[in-house]
Amino acid sequence: MNDWKKVCPLDEIPRLGSRQVNSASGTIAVFRTAEDEVFALRDKCPHKGGALSQGLVAGKVVTCPMHSWKIQFENGEAVAPDKGCAKVYPAKVEGGLVWIAL
Amino acid sequence: MKKQKLVMVGNGMAGCRTLEELLKLAPDLYEITVFGAEPHPNYNRIMLSPVLAGETKFADIVLNDLAWYRDHGIALHAGKQVVKIDRKAQKVVAADGTEASYDRLLLATGSSPFILPVPGKDLPGVIAYRDIADTEAMIEAAKHHSHAVVIGAGLLGLEAANGLKIQGMDVTVVHLADWIMERQLDKTAADLLQKSLENKGLKFLLGKQTAELVAGESGRVAAIRFRDGSGIPADLVVMAVGIRPNTALAESAGIHCERGIVVDDTLQTYDPKIYAVGECVAHRGVAYGLVAPLFEQARVCANHLARMGIGRYTGSVTSTKLKVTGIDVFSAGDFMGGEGCEDIVLADPSAGVYKKLVIKNDTLAGAVLYGDTGDGAWYFQLLKDRQNIADIRDHLMFGGHHVGGVGDVGHSGHNKAAAMPDTAEVCGCNGVCKGDIVKAIKTHGLFTLDDVRKHTKASSSCGSCTGLVEQILASTVGGAYQPADTQDKPVCGCTDHAHGVVRAAIRDKKLLSIPAVMRELGWKTADGCATCRPALNYYLISTWPHEAEDDPQSRFINERAHANIQRDGTFSVVPRMWGGLTTPAELRVIADVAEKYEVPTVKMTGGARIDLLGIRKGDLPRVWEDLGRAGLVSGHAYGKSIRTVKTCVGAEHCRFGTQRSMDMGVKLEKMLFGMWAPHKVKLAVSGCPRNCAEAGIKDVGVIGVDSGYELYIAGNGGIKTEVAMFMCKVKNDSEVLEYSGAFLQLYREEGWYLERTCHYVARVGLDYVKAQVVDNAARRAELYERLLYALQGYEDPWAAAVKQPGEYVALEVA
Ligand code: FES
Repeated sequence: MNDWKKVCPLDEIPRLGSRQVNSASGTIAVFRTAEDEVFALRDKCPHKGGALSQGLVAGKVVTCPMHSWKIQFENGEAVAPDKGCAKVYPAKVEGGLVWIAL
Repeated sequence: MKKQKLVMVGNGMAGCRTLEELLKLAPDLYEITVFGAEPHPNYNRIMLSPVLAGETKFADIVLNDLAWYRDHGIALHAGKQVVKIDRKAQKVVAADGTEASYDRLLLATGSSPFILPVPGKDLPGVIAYRDIADTEAMIEAAKHHSHAVVIGAGLLGLEAANGLKIQGMDVTVVHLADWIMERQLDKTAADLLQKSLENKGLKFLLGKQTAELVAGESGRVAAIRFRDGSGIPADLVVMAVGIRPNTALAESAGIHCERGIVVDDTLQTYDPKIYAVGECVAHRGVAYGLVAPLFEQARVCANHLARMGIGRYTGSVTSTKLKVTGIDVFSAGDFMGGEGCEDIVLADPSAGVYKKLVIKNDTLAGAVLYGDTGDGAWYFQLLKDRQNIADIRDHLMFGGHHVGGVGDVGHSGHNKAAAMPDTAEVCGCNGVCKGDIVKAIKTHGLFTLDDVRKHTKASSSCGSCTGLVEQILASTVGGAYQPADTQDKPVCGCTDHAHGVVRAAIRDKKLLSIPAVMRELGWKTADGCATCRPALNYYLISTWPHEAEDDPQSRFINERAHANIQRDGTFSVVPRMWGGLTTPAELRVIADVAEKYEVPTVKMTGGARIDLLGIRKGDLPRVWEDLGRAGLVSGHAYGKSIRTVKTCVGAEHCRFGTQRSMDMGVKLEKMLFGMWAPHKVKLAVSGCPRNCAEAGIKDVGVIGVDSGYELYIAGNGGIKTEVAMFMCKVKNDSEVLEYSGAFLQLYREEGWYLERTCHYVARVGLDYVKAQVVDNAARRAELYERLLYALQGYEDPWAAAVKQPGEYVALEVA
């Protein structure tokens, strides 16, 4: 079973922004959308490993800061025509706190 | 909401492109039904010649396969011809009785070949050259017959003739005019072209009018006879004398037609429920037969069908390129010249090169190139942009790579895309070879630079190969190539507005935040994207300093973190050293920091500053705190902003120095601290014309002379070296500050995001800049004042980050 872990209060992640999270399963990028939804991806771009947490967030997509691949939050897939996938971790907001499941 | 019904009649390139654009804008607005008379899905008509020449196969030129229609929920009636439009009942009826009702109707009925009304025109063996069926008939005929005659020496006729020759036939081209391709070429170029086609084995009969096609014993065509009584054998006759817009269906429904179906600038016909695009259309009296204009129409039409109501089609300038392997011909615009025009001609017949440029009112009006067409794309861009060429006229003939600051022709010495081998690397940043690009263009049916960028990544990083990629595109798709609209190109896919429009709206309506801009201008996406948000953020803070919101989440990571991200995710830190001067105390602190944080690499930057590379993000605030204690602040080596003012030693020490350049450099750098700009800005001050600070390749270069300073602008030492241009001479230090400040403010206010000064000045012209900054004292004072106001009270971003280190530190979970 997935194990929900508390990350931080929602306020500590800027809207349309992200935070880097160190965990036992490696570095994870946690994103917050304009609608205050949160998503988590492995912080490694499927292209050449750029840190997705440092990218620019729009809608439910982050643009990698290295070569501008666009990675979708919901399935971790790159937007076509690029092909590749970053691991997705379940994430949620509960009681004003951000949680991810590892 | 219930979906509206959209019916499209005609399943060709223009229509399908319109649907593609429409689906991008409003995927769920319509339930779409398509009628096509041909039993095929949409294919790339301009690639028929390569099919005929045996260079490619039909399957490779299909643009939208059946799965595409299915995936988008489009009902396709292939092979069903619509015979009636009932405008009252809003429905169409096909020959087999199939009916479809519409809320909006899109006519894309295309055109038909014109058939000469001569006796024998209906004989077996007489065909037109229009679609894949004709192409297949020609390939088939070549297997059994030997004498082919092509009537009409236009683009299509010559490509057909070449293809038939390759298929093994004996081919004669018959033409009414005195020279071939007379609508695209002047006589000199046409003669050269004819010669090389003759060398390939084609025969020509010019000035001949066809009188009759004569049948042989089998009933098949056997000969062609001309008005003058002469004749030649022919067992295959291909008519390629022109096309006629297909208007019969529209006319029968009472829709106003002239040469074609008459549409306005939104591609709407006289019936507001009915739109039309493509070769069947007459727009402002012109019917187009090339692909590029049709795509422009498609884009505008889709926008209106999607009820966005933005964009007008105002007609196209077209260019032509013959797709015959080994022969390069290019023509565009008004190539014949005439009243009020001047010609510049270069002719080297033995080398097989001929170039003619037609100049009118200091702009390029037309061009014909033969033999060496490498600069075709560049000329076409000049023509389309109506760029003033007075300044570059001397070099114009020698192409883009000879003219600084205008087109990006790419890596010099590499400017003949057509001649490059497939293995040659085009995009050095992303490692893309010519062969990859050509293959992507052919297999995905790409027509624009943006498409090629998306599919291959070529030219999507530093952009220095853009010119080369455009040339490859132009030489692969020929006349279908349309250069990007550099003047009114939309900022990105989130909007149809160009940079200029967005800037004006922010200023005129006093918009102060990104959401406000998006609301006002009808952005198509909720949050924009990584292309438009940084641009909007810059436009806001530069237009309304101290008032507009600066949104860190709309800045690239480097500007958000105030440091440069490196490929391994660490950052580099460059402390500011005013004018390049430092002190033992500063150096000591830098050395201490480097040791304390185990900085793996310490290096001098190109701008003569010290770079500490390889710092972990979490350490950044502490590094800055330590540096800050010695008074070191952010060097902005990461921003679209003032970077450095480089200086030479100058009159302070140097025996040649005429002015105190270090002093001047420090003053400039202090004045400009914290200045954001459309792109990075670099300055240099040299104390004498020996110019040790390399002021000739800076955005602003200051060179001391005995009587004061010379100011140079718009230089660039980057991707493509641009030598700075002389702006004016000034008397003293305070004038240096005022004039260069005013120029930079002008660029800040008018430049488009990511436009360097060299591109900005190339766009608006040096004369314009001088008129604002040099000749108009009041304007200069205003600009200068606004710059100083914008920079007032700027706080060192490092000091600010030290106070709030939160975001730099990674969170931990167990
Ligand atoms: S590493 Fe992410 S786009 Fe290349």
